[in-house]
Amino acid sequence: MRSLLNFIVRYHYFILFILIECFSVILVIQYNNYHRASFLNSSSNVSGRVYSSFHSVFQYMSLKSANDDLNQELASIRENLKTAYKNNEVKIVELYDSVYIQQYEFLPAQVLNNSTNKQNNYITLNVGRKQGVSKEMAVISSKGVIGVVKDVSDNFASVISLLNRNLRISAMVKQSGYFGSLFWEGKNYQFATMEDLPNHIKVEIGDTIITSGFSIMFPKGELIGTVSEVNQSKSSDFMTLTVKLAVDFRNLTHVMVVKNLLRKEQIELENLTRND
Amino acid sequence: MIKVLPRNILRFIVLILLQVWVLNNIQFSGFVNPYLYVLFILLLPFETPGWLVLVLSFFLGLSVDMFTDTIGMHASASVFMGFLRSFVLQSIAPRDGYETGTYPRVFYYGFTWFLKYSLLLVFLHHLFLFSIEVFNFKTFYFVLLRTVVSTIFSSILILLSQYLIFRK
Repeated sequence: MRSLLNFIVRYHYFILFILIECFSVILVIQYNNYHRASFLNSSSNVSGRVYSSFHSVFQYMSLKSANDDLNQELASIRENLKTAYKNNEVKIVELYDSVYIQQYEFLPAQVLNNSTNKQNNYITLNVGRKQGVSKEMAVISSKGVIGVVKDVSDNFASVISLLNRNLRISAMVKQSGYFGSLFWEGKNYQFATMEDLPNHIKVEIGDTIITSGFSIMFPKGELIGTVSEVNQSKSSDFMTLTVKLAVDFRNLTHVMVVKNLLRKEQIELENLTRND
Repeated sequence: MIKVLPRNILRFIVLILLQVWVLNNIQFSGFVNPYLYVLFILLLPFETPGWLVLVLSFFLGLSVDMFTDTIGMHASASVFMGFLRSFVLQSIAPRDGYETGTYPRVFYYGFTWFLKYSLLLVFLHHLFLFSIEVFNFKTFYFVLLRTVVSTIFSSILILLSQYLIFRK
């Protein structure tokens, strides 16, 4: 016992180092497994507040480009006013109209924190549980797909960015309708990779890539980007595409959270089929 | 000696806010990011006991982690750096050892000594940080590239701070 104590006293520096280092590494691994302690992430109240106070000051710097974006979006909405009106109408007379059911609701949100320089990037939004945001909702902007909500607190939401190696989304080549899965390789923030496409189909550089709508989260047809490189390997039956993302993640201010109103129904039905 | 404590607490807070508010938004070519907050570990007094360096490094890293959603990464890298600090200090000590009442700064031990001290520790910290972020060995050269470029930027900031703020 005494020699053990002597040993601990003598090597306390090294032992303490090993203990703290192991603890940190366990934290990292748990984090990678999506079991983050909920009070330690940026949607928690303390750091969320620090970020929003910072954001309220520096928001002014990007005001001009944000205004341009909003103007542009306003113009495009005016162009489609007829269809937009139709959707709103359905929402108001929901009791009587059985022809149209509104499936998606769009909740505007502002980006409080964002990064592009890590392997697993996350975005913090200024909306949360009180505004009706919940886990696994899709996030898009007027230009294209942004990511998926991961955690929510009362007033903030933490979003897995498309620039995150843990996120894969189901994507589709608009021109031909073939689908594959799209992910980010962790290098250049402007390009993502799409794989699992059959080798025999024709894909041209410049073709549009959209969401397939097969996942419950994203509506069908949201823009992801355009094809910038086609890699057809002779050894496998699948080809890989490099996709230039439509959204500039370095310059992100206003986004929308997508709420799928029929989500529960679809999950229940799919679980029923799966259990068979 | 009494003044040392509040000065270090203030430095801890200022460096974290500077890191989170300003430096994390500087992203040269998309992935290069200077990490100035390690300056806190570099500037701890020589007399700081080893266990305290480790504990302080851990909380320093964890504070940065809380703001960047990378729980554990900066903490583990900082602890690694804090652990190596005493060995680096020993190996580059001047012939007469370190005098009491002096601090690890350019002002006391000269430019060459400080450059060796900071460059070595910052490089090891960044290498650990980027390795644990990627968590595999497939992209080793990419990690090395990020480490070298980020080390250069961080070191420039650290050296500048020596001439602009910690002149004495």
